[in-house]
Parts: sequence; structure tokens; C-alpha cells
Amino acid sequence: MKTTTIRIAGLDLELFETGQGPALLFLHGGQGFNSAQPFVAPLAGQRRLLVPSHPGFGKSSLPDWLDSVDDIAHLYLELLDRLDLAAVDVVGCSIGGWIAAEMATKAPERIRRLVMVGPVGVKVGSPDKLDIPDIFAMSQDDAAAVLFHDPARMKPDIAQMSDDELTATVRGRETLALLTWEPWMHNPKLKHRLHRVAMPALFVRGESDGLVSAPYMQAYARLLPKSRTATIAAAGHAPQLEQPQAFASTVLAFLEE
Amino acid sequence: MRAWHFSETAYPYLPPADTYPSIRVSLPSRIYDPMKGAALYDRYIDEWLIAEDEGVEIMLNEHHQTATCVDPAAPLMLAALARLSKKARLLILGNPVANRRQPVRVAEEMAMIDVLSHGRLEAGFVRGVPYEILPANSNPVRMNERHWEALDLIVKTWTHHDGPFSHEGRFFHHRSINIWPRCYQQPHPPVWVSTTSPGGAAEVGARGFVQATFLTGFDATRKVFDGYRRGWQEAGRGRDVPIDRLAYAALIYVSDSEERAKLGAEKLLWYVTANKVPPHFANPPGYIPVAANVQLLRGAEHPLSAFGKRASVESAIKAGIMFAGTPDQVIKQIAKHYDHVGGYGQLLIMGQAGFLEHDDSVHGIRMFAREVYPRLKQLYPDATISGFPAAAAAG
Repeated sequence: MKTTTIRIAGLDLELFETGQGPALLFLHGGQGFNSAQPFVAPLAGQRRLLVPSHPGFGKSSLPDWLDSVDDIAHLYLELLDRLDLAAVDVVGCSIGGWIAAEMATKAPERIRRLVMVGPVGVKVGSPDKLDIPDIFAMSQDDAAAVLFHDPARMKPDIAQMSDDELTATVRGRETLALLTWEPWMHNPKLKHRLHRVAMPALFVRGESDGLVSAPYMQAYARLLPKSRTATIAAAGHAPQLEQPQAFASTVLAFLEE
Repeated sequence: MRAWHFSETAYPYLPPADTYPSIRVSLPSRIYDPMKGAALYDRYIDEWLIAEDEGVEIMLNEHHQTATCVDPAAPLMLAALARLSKKARLLILGNPVANRRQPVRVAEEMAMIDVLSHGRLEAGFVRGVPYEILPANSNPVRMNERHWEALDLIVKTWTHHDGPFSHEGRFFHHRSINIWPRCYQQPHPPVWVSTTSPGGAAEVGARGFVQATFLTGFDATRKVFDGYRRGWQEAGRGRDVPIDRLAYAALIYVSDSEERAKLGAEKLLWYVTANKVPPHFANPPGYIPVAANVQLLRGAEHPLSAFGKRASVESAIKAGIMFAGTPDQVIKQIAKHYDHVGGYGQLLIMGQAGFLEHDDSVHGIRMFAREVYPRLKQLYPDATISGFPAAAAAG
């Protein structure tokens, strides 16, 4: 288990690495990553798990030129070059799924199999309704109810968090806003590019996810030629946190097919 | 000392506050009766013109999707005032340029009003309160950077007269900038900026613009003004900062009767007490620095929101956000504040709010203009230098 810093395009990217086996690039969601998250151990039991903190999350820097998910996709293609990974399995959660989709449209040959967990990034519904509810326009409690199957269990204990952890949380939230504000949680071009993303893809959704609806995920999955969907019970927008074992076994079974 | 009558053109006829979660952003407009709204516009314009007759200058601002200030396109109101008024200076404070898509358009609006008013415009720029973010669909992150790029571009747009120039910046792109009309005042109207942080004020000072701060009381105002004076001096503008570069906005109500002053002052507190806004509108991500948000998570409270919960005329006066009473009392209160913060030459009078009716509003304006203003001008002539000469000499 180690955390390193890689300098790419003038920014310092924090990269966490653990486990043995074929490489698995894990792209975290809007709440950020820390190595104590419960899906790390079950995935690392089978795989060499690589988790970058996105620019502006964790300890990764945020250069002033960077303001889009697309920018991050370019960075991560270079990260694959640096790590000498020709074709890698990728798991992306929420905006991590969006980053993965952008990477896949640019260089589909670099991704062997793709897992999209509660992904955002496309607009599939009508103009008069947000596809993704506006979590920034609701109270923290309402947002937690949208995001989690069991909000009480998932509520962070702020009193127990260090200043560093709180700083990373606040900074990550700010970066999430920077990246997703307009157009809200999507790139209008992405859905017209996904036809090139022809590797096997699994779309995973927590059954109680109030952010990414079942129809949204199904419509998203249909934009990729070789995709299917799976549901994880008793989980919301972050099944990797609420049901880490079921999540890991679903992901690993798909990757090992 | 120069005084400005500032009205937010509020729409106060609202259902009980416990029936809605927010007075801003999400309050349904079915509550707004356009007939009553039209009468209110007439009335508020009359009050600005009465202030002008009394020798007080005119100030207005802009907010969106709110009952607290039904002036979502302040340049339109300013254009009307440019034709209805005759002599008052016209201060818009201000244009929320970080929330406007085209700074060049803002430059055009301001130049046009400057010409319409025969050179009476004072062009203010604000970052905008956090609740303006959603109505503008504006990214709350990097607002400050957008604000300064826009403002610098606007000044260049006003002062460039030799055909088109281009701007390819971080946030704004224009291939051909060549506005008509050009400004009436040369090289351009006075520029005002409101900030509440010492660092922001230092940037305003470095540019020599007028710095305004709203309801920041004693110590916070002093910090902002110190920041301005530091920025001014470090930019090589000399040691002396003229007081007309600094502005303070307070709730002000004056009457010859102490009792009537108190009644008017209580109604002015509506500004603070009616501002019911939930945290997700009041503090969008990125609006305040990360470290400040960490403090809030640790339980810190914004001073003004803390005040709002137990607002009273006495505590507002004590905090330096309100000057109210008889003329003698008000002059004493202002002098105390003035001395504490190092002096300012612009007093922005929040003199109308909520249910302060027309007659009472006019009474307050007239009492200020006739009984307080002449004495303030005498006490603080415009040639006064801002700052603390004694402290500077000692240090």
C-alpha cells in the first residue's frame, strides 16, 4: 500500500496503490477517496488497485486552467502512459464514471472492460427537468437522503474528522461544483461520442440511488454498444460504500468473465 | 462627506415567514402582485427624487429572484432615474459582473447611462451575494477571478477610442470591442467596488477605485479599510488616502423625536430580520474560502446571521451597523464609527426597508438631510485624509 505524487501537465496528482494482480483503475465519485473506504480491501484482494485523487480532491492540486471533466480524462490517459498500462480495467463512480466515459471516447483501445457505477455525464431526459437532481440547491440532510440508502449510517462524524479531512471534504465539494455546474452534471457532446465505446461495459446502480435514476442509467447504458446493467440492493448512489462486498463481487465477476 | 439614499425597492407584502423556506431564490412569484409592485416602484422612485431635492445623492443595487430587492435589472431603473432626476449623482452598486456573461455589454449599459444623465453616473461593481449564484446559474468557484477580469476589461472598453480591440482572456472572449456611445465623463465614470475582505479591499485600493462595505460594523470595517489603505500605498499612490475613496453602508434613521426615531429604526431592521435564507443558498461551494468553511463546519457562525437572530435597535447601534436617533445622537454614533475605522467620505444610507411607509421614509430622509448632513460635511470635508496619522507616526 503506498501513496505517491505524479506530476502531469503541471499538476501534482495523488495516486494511491495497493494489492496484486491485473491493474484496476478506480475513479472515485464526487465525495472523494480515502484509503479507509470499505471497498478497497475486497478489490485489492484480487487486483492491483490504482486510485488517483482527481485534481482538486484529496491532496491533488488544481491548476487554474482546469475546469472540466474532459480535462481530467486527458490527464488520466497520460497517467496510463506513465504507468505503462496498455489496456486497463476501469471502474468509475458517479463523476468518476463520467471521466471514464470521456477517456473511453478518446481512446477506447486503452480500456479493456469498463464499470460505470451510478454514472453521470450525459443528458437523456427532457429540457424541462434536470436528469440529475440539484444536490447543491438542497439542504445537507435532503442531499444525504438522495445519496444514501441509509443516510443515518453514512452521516460523517465531523467531530471525529481532522482538519485535513475536513479541508479535503470542503475542497472536494468546491471542485465538484467547478466541474459540474454548467451544463449541470453532463457534457452535451458525450452521448454523441459513446458509440465508439465498444468494450464490454457494466452499469451498476444502487437500488435506492436518488441521484441517478434507473431510467437514466438504462438510457446511458444503451448509448454503448456492448453494455448491460446490474442493481445492488440496500445501497444508494455509492454502493461501494454502503454494500462493499456485494459491490466488489459484482465488479470482479464482470471483470473476470 | 457625501451621503446617498439607497433603497432596495423591496416587496414586503409576504405571507408569514414560517410558510416559506426562503425569501430568496425559491419564493414563488405568484405572491407578487404586479399592481402593488407598480405602486411600489412609483413610490420608491418618488423617494429617490425627494432625496435628490434634499441634496442627497441616489444609489441603487441589483438582486435576483427575491422579495427583498425587486430590481433584477438595475441599469433599467438607473436609466429611468437618469431622465427623472436632474442633479444627483447616480450610483449603481452594483453590477454583478462575475454573474454577467458579457462584460462588454455591461460597459455599454453604463456608458449609455452616463450619457443619458449628462455625466452623473458612478459605476459600481459587486461580486454579488451568494444567493445570486443560482438565479444567474453562475459558477460559484473562481468568481473573484472572473470579477477582476471583467472589471479590468470594462475599464479598457470605456477608455479605448481608436476602433476595435480584442480580448482573449481566461473567462471572456471578444474579437471586436468598440462600444458606442463612449462615456460622458472622462476618462470614465468613477468606479466603485464592494468587498468585505481586507485582501479584496487591497486590490481595490491598488486600482484607486472607491471601496464600499455594507453593515460590517466596527472591527470588520476597520480591517477592510486598512486593507484598502495598504493596497493604495503599496501600489505607489502615495501615503494619503482621501476619505472620498471609502464608503460605508449602514441602516440610518433620524427623527426629531427619539420615540419616532426608534419606531423607524425598528422597521429598518427588516433588512436583517426578513432575510430568511437556508444555508445551501447562503453558502454555495466555493463562495467563501475552504478554511472559512472548515470553521463553519466546526460550529462558527457568520456575525451578521448571528445578529439577525437577536436583532434589536440597541444591539444594531452598538454593533455599528445602524445609526438611529435624534440628529445629535446620530452624529455622535457616526463620529464614533468614523474614528474607529479611520474615516470615510461616502455614507450609504439604507433608509427604507420593508414596512417603513412612504411618510416615515421621507421624514427620515429629510431629517437626515436637514439636520445631520450639513454638520457631517462640516466635520468631515472631502479633503480629509483617511487613516490613523498618530499611529503611523508612532509606528
